[in-house]
Amino acid sequence: MASKPRTLYEKIWDAHVVERQDDGTCLVYIDRHLVHEVTSPQAFEALRLAGRKVRRPDLTLAVPDHNLPTTPRTAPDGSRLPIADKQSAAQLAALEANAPAFGIDYIDAVAPEQGIVHVVGPEQGFSLPGTTIVCGDSHTAAHGGVGALAFGIGTSEVEHVLATQTLLLRPSKTMEVRVEGELGPGVTPKDLILHIIGVIGTAGGTGYVIEYRGEVFEKMSVEGRLTVCNMSIEGGARAGLIPPDQTVFDYLEGRPYAPQGEAWDKAVDWWRSLATDEGAEFDKSVVIDAAAVEPTVSWGTSPEDVVAIGGTVPSPAVFEDAAKREAVAKSLDYMGLAPGTPMEQVKVENIFIGSCTNSRIEDLRAAAEVLKGRRKAASVRWAIAVPGSGLVKRQAEEEGLDRIFTDAGFEWREPGCSACLAMNPDKVPPGERCASTSNRNFVGRQGPGARTHLLSPAMAAAAAVTGHLTDVRKLSPK
Amino acid sequence: MKQVSTISGRAIPLGLKNVDTDVIIPAHWLKTVSREGLGKGAFETIRQAPGNPFDVEDFAGAPILIAGDNFGCGSSREHAAWAMLDMGLTAVIAPSFSDIFSGNAFKNGILAVELPQEQVDRLLEVAKDHPITIDLENQVVTTPFQDRFPFEVDPFRKHCLLNGLDEIGLTLERDAAIETHERVRADSLPWLDTPTRNRREHA
Repeated sequence: MASKPRTLYEKIWDAHVVERQDDGTCLVYIDRHLVHEVTSPQAFEALRLAGRKVRRPDLTLAVPDHNLPTTPRTAPDGSRLPIADKQSAAQLAALEANAPAFGIDYIDAVAPEQGIVHVVGPEQGFSLPGTTIVCGDSHTAAHGGVGALAFGIGTSEVEHVLATQTLLLRPSKTMEVRVEGELGPGVTPKDLILHIIGVIGTAGGTGYVIEYRGEVFEKMSVEGRLTVCNMSIEGGARAGLIPPDQTVFDYLEGRPYAPQGEAWDKAVDWWRSLATDEGAEFDKSVVIDAAAVEPTVSWGTSPEDVVAIGGTVPSPAVFEDAAKREAVAKSLDYMGLAPGTPMEQVKVENIFIGSCTNSRIEDLRAAAEVLKGRRKAASVRWAIAVPGSGLVKRQAEEEGLDRIFTDAGFEWREPGCSACLAMNPDKVPPGERCASTSNRNFVGRQGPGARTHLLSPAMAAAAAVTGHLTDVRKLSPK
Repeated sequence: MKQVSTISGRAIPLGLKNVDTDVIIPAHWLKTVSREGLGKGAFETIRQAPGNPFDVEDFAGAPILIAGDNFGCGSSREHAAWAMLDMGLTAVIAPSFSDIFSGNAFKNGILAVELPQEQVDRLLEVAKDHPITIDLENQVVTTPFQDRFPFEVDPFRKHCLLNGLDEIGLTLERDAAIETHERVRADSLPWLDTPTRNRREHA
């Protein structure tokens, strides 16, 4: 008898259930646990107080990223430079001490492999298809780009995973986001995911795991898939994933933590079996017409506040929901924008190219292609390019991209979370705008009073050149 | 975890929707290795505005917050729950919560009570002048008037909260089942167990 057709999510879930309680709560095994400096110290401290150890240090990898300054970390003589902020230094020191004390592999702040945890995981082959991956960071959803079930957890859950290698969870509902057709020229994975969030809303995915389906994703690079899945949480979904295929296998093969030889072949066989079965049903289905997606930017303080670059700032009056009208009015006040303003007339003083959403090699190439032979506008006060990892940085430098950025007036930085979240020195001043390739335009996200416009790396580069939000398709190739 | 059963007192009528965890506790407060003292930074940007509900004298020490849709969206930072606890909040009522926040709230003994928007609107009105009671055992929110709003709660979470159970302690008791799972996994998908060793061989 044939078993009931299952989705990719259901297959991964079923393979990881240790036990199911009568009330439906499941004890779920975690294959990979990524740890960073900000959400782990309290978890390690609690383990220590309870006399508990880490059950599977071999399935755990630690790397600092959130509060590291992105300025040089070593002096010319090779010695490590101290972190000026005492609290950040203490947090980093805690991770540096906790990792070896609990037997966990640690990529330190000056290692060539250091970077943003969601860039490092796939890049090191630590994040694999069909696995359950967690990290104390909501953008863990990114790893769904390699076909993993990956989601962010709180610090109590970090402690739970460290102690037991499991989590107590209830199964999620399933949502299919099916993208039909092809993206137009100049339209990137970032534009697509911003558009999708605009359609489903920031709470549209709450309680769901999203599977992104359609030819667009089959043709998309792994970097692009990571960008899309990364922002699933901005649509309320704790996880989003894309079926693993040859593109993913080719990307992962030979990476340091990936299986090798015969083990690799066995792994690939299993990964191929994970695709959603014909006839499997999703609890919810959303269809997106790829041809309708334009280069997209945000105008408000929620990632659902997006519009095509050719559009205008909306009026609160156009929203049906009273609470949303009030929220939009507040947003526009915070953003200093008047309804009806064409997005292309919005001037920006700051440009941030980086974050776990858009700091991979493909992102830097896309921005550099726009910047080549050009300079940032005089009105752009601060422009930084922050590679997602040391390895991305090295590759970009080998390709000469760093020179393109610096010739264009950008600062070329060390890897880290940087200006995405205002907990390290990279911040946007109050009242100023930033064209940012990051993932959140929340009030105060890039610094108190900072105004964020989310967009793709190519669009951020275009804004740098003109000094205002700009349809990158209008800039002729140089 | 400490036991939770009934929470009664004044409720801060915030009402905003999409209150993200960056708003609950901005990132610059996250540079701590402790769970304590975060109340000072809770809702920092909202509290900078004159006349904000947090600084109304009647609501000092209020145990309940009433908010709009999608409360706690965004970052997974459990500091949001710690900051709320530190300022004395032990319950939030809203039409919906983000998945990660509701988990973090539960783990810290904060009740996240979901009620339909019209009931939340009624409570926002009542809360201006009157206390509110949340009865977890009977799963109902009441006011000094005739209001009785039943709510749903995950049975496992309710059991843990009412009895003050430590989830990690409970899971550690399932050690035999976890070991069995690990053995099966090692047989069928052995490559899952080798990441660190792979790296060392590679290096």
